[in-house]
Amino acid sequence: MTDLFWILISAMLVNNFTLVLFLGLCPFMGVSGRVSTALRMGGANIFVLTITSVVASFLNAFVLPYAPYLRLISFIVVIASLVQIVETVIKKVSPALFRELGIFLPLITTNCAILGLAIFQTNRGYGFLEGLFFAVGAGLGLTLALVLMASIREQTELADVPAMARGMGLVLILAGSLSLAFMGFAGLFSS
Amino acid sequence: MKATTPRQDLVRGIWKENPVLIQLLGLCPALAVTNSVENSLAMGLATFFVLLGSSVLVSLLKKWIPKEVRISAYILIIATFVTIADLVLNAVVPEIHKALGAFIALIVVNCMILGRQEAFASKYPVGRAVLDAAGTGAGFLIALVIMGSVRELLGNGSFLGVPVFGPDFEPWIIMILPPGGFFTLGFILLGFGWWKERKAQQVRPRRWPHGVTTEVEEAA
Repeated sequence: MTDLFWILISAMLVNNFTLVLFLGLCPFMGVSGRVSTALRMGGANIFVLTITSVVASFLNAFVLPYAPYLRLISFIVVIASLVQIVETVIKKVSPALFRELGIFLPLITTNCAILGLAIFQTNRGYGFLEGLFFAVGAGLGLTLALVLMASIREQTELADVPAMARGMGLVLILAGSLSLAFMGFAGLFSS
Repeated sequence: MKATTPRQDLVRGIWKENPVLIQLLGLCPALAVTNSVENSLAMGLATFFVLLGSSVLVSLLKKWIPKEVRISAYILIIATFVTIADLVLNAVVPEIHKALGAFIALIVVNCMILGRQEAFASKYPVGRAVLDAAGTGAGFLIALVIMGSVRELLGNGSFLGVPVFGPDFEPWIIMILPPGGFFTLGFILLGFGWWKERKAQQVRPRRWPHGVTTEVEEAA
């Protein structure tokens, strides 16, 4: 039990996907303008990450031992079709939720955090349950980073920033500072 | 889309539409693996190869790929070339393959590569697709090497593993850690912003013909 807990905490804080491992930077830069959109994007990510983890465990257990060179191709095909299926199902079951998430779901296919999760999970030899906790932790970490960034950016919109720093330059420096702060969590494990 | 000459196809990706420094595409590898010049070079070359290979294939197959499944088809083609690059790097330079880790596999989801297929290779003949891919790939490689050089010089005091600053240099460890990646690219973009701002200020008064003054100049 404690192992599972530490996998979750590690994926969320110590090895935060966005700020420490540099996975999923496109949504981090693109949709971190508002806290409300950041939260929704985070939710969609947690959802897709969890399903991907389950499917990756399944593939690792039953299919890939027979054809290891197909790993990358099968992962990406599965993720792309999975996102497509999830989109169709949500559209049918809950049109309201679909409108909320609509734009973000297709974007998730090319989010490297999803494929990264499947690959890391495989490389570390996580089983089903460990993978699940890993995915939820990673999703929570992504959401945390997105929301933190969005709250800072909402504040800087009102600030008088020098002309040369307007746009992405400032966002990257802010991200660097956040990343610096997250490095502090590395100490969690030494004790 | 405006018609372009073959020369423009090649050159624009290198500087004017540089994928990393101007368009901010493919940021994940650009920040994650640029902690040394060696890793940046390997990553840049691998991405160059994948981009070139998939552009050629997409351009050749564009008549046979149905519009509805084109994105999946592009991703499959890209994934094939990434698998080749992954296996080759593992066989030829195992240490670098290990240092780059999962990021070799993650070339598949580099939005820059998919973007070039959708925007260029699927619309133009093979020759021009090759030029476009070579230009964009070279631009990516250059951006990675610039970032890798800055981070290795400051963070490790060396270039390609050779010490540069002598034994008294205290390395800025932070530059080779994750925050350093954000800071390096951030400061490069700040530099661009400063340069653009300066250029805009220099150009503005000259736009008016002789004898015509703007309100601002009259007030001054």
